[in-house]
Amino acid sequence: MKKKNYHLLLMGLILLGSILMTLSIGSVQVPVGITFRILLNQLPLLEIEQDWSTTQESIIVALRLPRVFLAVIVGAMLATAGVAFQGVLRNPLADPYILGISSGAAVGAAGAILFVNTANILAKIALPLFAFLGAILSLLMVFALAWRRNREAVSLILAGVVIQSFLGAILAFAVTISGTKLRTIVFWMMGSLAGNDWSNILFLMPYLIICFTLIYAFYRNLNILSLGEQAAHHLGMNVERIKILVLLAASLLTAAAVSVVGIIGFVGLIVPHIVRLITGPDHRILIPVSCLAGSVFLLWSDTLARTLIPAMEIPIGVITALAGAPFFGYLLKKRI
Amino acid sequence: MSSVFELQNVSYKYDESPILQNISLQIPKTLITGILGPNGSGKTTMLKVLSGIYKPNDGHVRLNNKPLEEYSRPEIARQIAFLEQNNSTLLPFTVREVVEMGRYPWLKPLAALSTKDREIIDYALQCFNLIDKQNQIVETLSGGERQLVSLARAMAQEPKILILDEPTTYLDIGHQSMVMEYLRKWHEKYGTTILMVMHDLNLSSQYCDHLIILEQGKTVAVGGNKEVLNEELISRTYKASFSMIKHPVSGVPQFLPRFTD
Repeated sequence: MKKKNYHLLLMGLILLGSILMTLSIGSVQVPVGITFRILLNQLPLLEIEQDWSTTQESIIVALRLPRVFLAVIVGAMLATAGVAFQGVLRNPLADPYILGISSGAAVGAAGAILFVNTANILAKIALPLFAFLGAILSLLMVFALAWRRNREAVSLILAGVVIQSFLGAILAFAVTISGTKLRTIVFWMMGSLAGNDWSNILFLMPYLIICFTLIYAFYRNLNILSLGEQAAHHLGMNVERIKILVLLAASLLTAAAVSVVGIIGFVGLIVPHIVRLITGPDHRILIPVSCLAGSVFLLWSDTLARTLIPAMEIPIGVITALAGAPFFGYLLKKRI
Repeated sequence: MSSVFELQNVSYKYDESPILQNISLQIPKTLITGILGPNGSGKTTMLKVLSGIYKPNDGHVRLNNKPLEEYSRPEIARQIAFLEQNNSTLLPFTVREVVEMGRYPWLKPLAALSTKDREIIDYALQCFNLIDKQNQIVETLSGGERQLVSLARAMAQEPKILILDEPTTYLDIGHQSMVMEYLRKWHEKYGTTILMVMHDLNLSSQYCDHLIILEQGKTVAVGGNKEVLNEELISRTYKASFSMIKHPVSGVPQFLPRFTD
């Protein structure tokens, strides 16, 4: 028990360290010590002697800090969604991207931007809900396709791949005919954390908090589901209700993230698998540690995306797919 | 003799084909009841009807004199532990973690395990000799050991009724009798009603007090094992020839296949 809580503490410290380090890395390098003091200085009631330039401060606070926080939140959302999908579908290969849920969310969000006036603040707040509708529709399509053989792990994934490429085509078509109204096709298909401000972070927070809490509340049920749905049923669990609630929460997490940063694949696949190697399969600890590890993973992926080639931004989805696709192949070989 | 289950004219269809046809019988309390019958005779379906997984198309099932459908899922789980044939876990849980899952029907949502829960888990592990293996990953155990983990999980559930679907299939003869001995001890200690689908006639004859023999979804015989088991009935039901002999120690009927002339 105590050993497991120690994993949580450790991952929390890794996340704090990663935030500090990735804030320092960029086209202008800022020493980590200075970054730390700049951050401390942001806190109220702390008076710290200023030994840095105002340029350094504005780079850290105004430019990098929002982006780093966005990576933290989106990484947490995608990894939590991944654990939830894997647990509830009893499928080690499940992930919001591979299942086509992210594509559904992107079509939903793009559709809303095309047909609803998003200058309106209410429409902006409602954007994740449209993405959520798209996500749910794609989830239903995947289930409908995989239904006949849904006891097989691979058929669900195949259905996901089919739906994903179909929705990807719709998305690309929508972007092409929209002129300048939609962001670029690369943004939607490969995601980007660039050019965001604090408002997007504040706006994603409630989705993360509510959905994480809901999924975590079912940690014991997710453990029991690994015995099989019938065994869970025999232990007195309302299997269908819990599956639906967890699937909805995981889809909403995905949808909210996609509506702000586009599609970033494989986070929900890689992170829970690696965390499980360390913590074991108990969802009581797996869910929170994966959530933190998702933040760490996306934080470093985004740092690579913005620094690997000077003065150029690589789409973050390229980084996560370069890591994730071989990992998926490895799991496919090993587990099935 | 009082009964835990009472079936009245129960029928169950799957895709229009009848699996159980107009079955009326009682499962006696505090006995070990075996359900026998050839493949496809509806044995497993009957267990699923009794545990509320399948709703009968016709007829009524009563559990302790109350219609089964009036019980909630958790209420049933506090009465009945059900072990399916296949009891593998998807994820690498340890023996202890799996046995802990048996406490689920007794736990409030989100509540941690109490000291009493832990004692029950320890006790169940002890009963099946699993204390030394409690931190091992279930997948790494042999088939027989895994079956014991499932039994320990069922014991942690503190059921009044234990339902098992072919608990000895896929086990070697040593593990078969080990599992049956564990069940007999459990039964003697707590008076738990045990109901199990069996393939092995000879084990059933030795360990069951009461037998139900199904054929094509109908009961062909119900009663105490010595009343029910005879050469003619078994040869007819299983469509093969058998000789019946007496067990040299216990004297219960045992069956040996024989050549047809």
